[in-house]
Amino acid sequence: MSATTDHAAQADAVEHHHAHDEHVPSDGYFIKIAIILAIVTALETSTYWWPDSMDSFATPALLIMMAIKFFMIVSIFMHLKFDSKIFSLMFYMGLVLAIGVYLVFLFTFQFFRP
Amino acid sequence: MAIIERPSAVPATVGAGGTTELVTPSRALGAYRRPVSTTGWKSWLFTVDHKKLGIMYGAVSLFFFLVGGIEALLIRLQLAAPDNTVLSAGLYNEMFTMHATTMVFLFVMPMAAAFANYFLPLQIGARDVAFPRINAVGFWLFLFGGIFLNTSWFLGGAADGGWFMYSPNSSALFSPSHGIDFWVMGLQITGIASLVGAINLIVTVLNMRAPGMKLMNMPVFTWMVLVVQFLLLFAMPVITVALFLLSFQRNFGATFFDVNQGADPLLWQHLFWIFGHPEVYIIILPAFGIISEVLPTFARKPLFGYKFVVFSGAAIGFVGWGVWAHHMFASGLGPVSVAVFSVATMLIAIPTGVKIVNWTLTLWGGKLWFSTAMLFSIGVIVLFTIGGVSGVTHAVAPSDTQQTDTYHIVAHFHYVIVGGAVMGLFAGFYFWWPKMFGQMLSERLGKWNFWLMFFGVNLTFGPMHILGMQGQPRRMVVWPEKLTGDGFFDLAFWNQVASVGSFVIAAGVLLFVINIFYTAKKKVAAPLDPWDARTLEWITSSPPKEHNFDRIPTVHSLDEFFHRKYEEVDTENGPKLVKVKTAEEVLAEEEANADHHIHLPSPSYWPIVLALGFPIIAYGVIFNLLLTIVGTALVLLAIFGWCLEPSVADDSDYDPPAGGDSTKELATLG
Amino acid sequence: MADIAVHEEDHAHTEHGGYDDHVVHATSTGLSNNKLAMWLFLGSECLLFGGLISTYMLYRGRHEGGPGPSQIFDIPLTSVSSFILLMSSLTMVLAVNSAKRKDDRNTNLWLVVTALLGALFVGGQVYEFTAFYQEGLGFTTSLFGSSFYTLTGFHGVHVTVGVIMLLALVGAITRNRVTGDKAEVVEMVGLYWHFVDVVWVIIFTLVYLIPS
Repeated sequence: MSATTDHAAQADAVEHHHAHDEHVPSDGYFIKIAIILAIVTALETSTYWWPDSMDSFATPALLIMMAIKFFMIVSIFMHLKFDSKIFSLMFYMGLVLAIGVYLVFLFTFQFFRP
Repeated sequence: MAIIERPSAVPATVGAGGTTELVTPSRALGAYRRPVSTTGWKSWLFTVDHKKLGIMYGAVSLFFFLVGGIEALLIRLQLAAPDNTVLSAGLYNEMFTMHATTMVFLFVMPMAAAFANYFLPLQIGARDVAFPRINAVGFWLFLFGGIFLNTSWFLGGAADGGWFMYSPNSSALFSPSHGIDFWVMGLQITGIASLVGAINLIVTVLNMRAPGMKLMNMPVFTWMVLVVQFLLLFAMPVITVALFLLSFQRNFGATFFDVNQGADPLLWQHLFWIFGHPEVYIIILPAFGIISEVLPTFARKPLFGYKFVVFSGAAIGFVGWGVWAHHMFASGLGPVSVAVFSVATMLIAIPTGVKIVNWTLTLWGGKLWFSTAMLFSIGVIVLFTIGGVSGVTHAVAPSDTQQTDTYHIVAHFHYVIVGGAVMGLFAGFYFWWPKMFGQMLSERLGKWNFWLMFFGVNLTFGPMHILGMQGQPRRMVVWPEKLTGDGFFDLAFWNQVASVGSFVIAAGVLLFVINIFYTAKKKVAAPLDPWDARTLEWITSSPPKEHNFDRIPTVHSLDEFFHRKYEEVDTENGPKLVKVKTAEEVLAEEEANADHHIHLPSPSYWPIVLALGFPIIAYGVIFNLLLTIVGTALVLLAIFGWCLEPSVADDSDYDPPAGGDSTKELATLG
Repeated sequence: MADIAVHEEDHAHTEHGGYDDHVVHATSTGLSNNKLAMWLFLGSECLLFGGLISTYMLYRGRHEGGPGPSQIFDIPLTSVSSFILLMSSLTMVLAVNSAKRKDDRNTNLWLVVTALLGALFVGGQVYEFTAFYQEGLGFTTSLFGSSFYTLTGFHGVHVTVGVIMLLALVGAITRNRVTGDKAEVVEMVGLYWHFVDVVWVIIFTLVYLIPS
């Protein structure tokens, strides 16, 4: 929850600031992003046909591609990049908490032990 | 702004106590029109007023408090004599399960929600919450969820797996009645209430503050409620997952927690406590907030280290996410996990200690006024510290392994919950009663109430430390005469002391109930500012008008109300605070400058209809899936009604008609 | 439910030209209540799906007496449905952009396309579940089966709710019954929709692609 307090300063900084000057990217920009996302998805799918010997490489590659897609959608399609930082704070607070808590949770089950 | 406004029928009802004329919409654009009653039962059933909802939250929670209290007394009666037969073993299991569930989910949490609903908008200078209809749906979900949960008593028996419902006790094999199904579905329903309530209150705090009400000008109670709402926001979905898994296991044949099928029972324990530990702070932080309001008021000096109190509250909320496994030290987590969680648990004592120190230093050098609210707050400091100290000993894993599932744990958490959270809520009752109802609770009865509860808590839960150290297991249904021991460690003696103590607490609570009726009957109006209070909720009449403030106050400092009454004057002996205005003068000034157009949200039929769908779905899951379809249909209907109802009544329905064509434009849109 | 509830409860303060003396029109942060509420809700949903995903990860290897992940998953099929859901995010964005231009016709068009793609995805999931069931993986066959169906089922329900929201929104726009700022309502449904898509991005990788 320390994040709650961090944003105290931010919330007050934007007080009386109206978020009407929102930057709206064009349709073409979104289509470009979608094409990139499609390419990454194709790459992801291709790992299915990779030989088994590359498994140890495929897993990190897949996780990285997943993260790229995730943040592209969240920050561009969902406008987080262009919107108030408070929105990002609310969402990422939940996301970071979820990742942290559930990683520890899986760790206690010795999930990551090879 | 999400308040759906209707123009006030009488513009700027200056000093008239909020008497608004009835407004009746004639047509409703093809959808069901909005209710407009301001009096009678309809005004309560369809209300979206945060104050009415707050009072309803409070009344229902108090009722469940009495239910949970009776369950506790039955438990203590059973343990008052050797080989006792007041309750059968099965009924005893149901009793302690429902006692805990009722007290946690149907009393402490919603009672905190009652205060939050009522006072949070007032403390930040708002006319209502951000989403008034969602506020209403939260209350009705809580009420229906609570009723649903308790109907299990009459439909085959209540839940009997203990409030944390560990596997395998929660499986159909060990608990074949529908009790646990009721428990699961009931908590799902109240969980939705908590979740939507959390979203609503967070948005309210962030977005609805009066001009000048910076976050660091907010009263500590508002701050603590904000932290609690974040905890709810992120903790409720975790218990939702756990409850879904359990109901899939019990109702649809999955085996998530069944060791025979290769499952890991620790999955439930983890999910439950990932929720359950933040839940602990959800329970206690509102009480911390209340006493942080009460102590400065009655010590007549500002809260010592406001920022420390706020930040330590947020720190407790944050660190509270990293300590859940200290409830599981005895479950074989492995040395690394145990060590990590043990250290994290000790860390959390630091911000808690900071608070205790700040409260104590607030009292230091103050002109103490020992009102009932003040006594309860000091009671919290004392009793919570005792519970906190035994809590730190539980952080030490080797020691905890000895104490797990003994009465020592029972003693610990009752000291922090009854001595901390419940006493804190009682401080809130006595402090805010005159504001909510315009009448003073009797201080004489109040002091009896306090001392009975204070001694009762120590009498009941103090001996449990000894019982626990002697190894009396938690949830034990009888103690046999021949095992009682003798001398100081006589289990029979201490059990009987605890049982007597529980009735002393009950007497205290009974006095409170009597006090309510006594006060209501006496009808003596409270002074406007009986406690010489400090925060914004007191800059309005008691009880507050429907629109809260005649003029939205402009805030200049922490403790705004205090600074409007007092000014610092230089004297020979240094600066001194001098009263420059009375509360009546402050209020008169606000009334004289009342806003001309006050817009309040219209009541709505749909929150109660929406909420009603959920228990029907829940009964359906337990008894007949067809009923689920009926419930779902009702929920869908309510959502569509909700979305399509007009946001305000039509232009011509108002007297005088609303100015300009602005409302008309709005009406065609809605 | 809250997702529908939160976004509808508003009307833009711009419609209140006549009441400018009313001081509390602007929110303290200058941000829309509805959007803030939606982001909070999505933050909360992270913990919900996190729990379901973790449960699946814990149990995916436990499938005695039934087929396991590597025997049963049809990666080409799931890739196609993942791609469909991904593209529905694009059409959703185009709907939001059209709504911001106050272009009702294109807004409706893209909303309908998004709903169709979503429905196609749900259809694919129904097909997939049926195929898995025929291959011997029932809900109660193994821990893997239970946790797999629970996780993907929850996601499927989210998509279905999204489709209903999209279609309801199309109806509301067509009949001019949207309460409040239309563009914001479309954006709100869009946020929910993208979130559901983003959850699938994670499920697709963690559940289907990473070799177990």
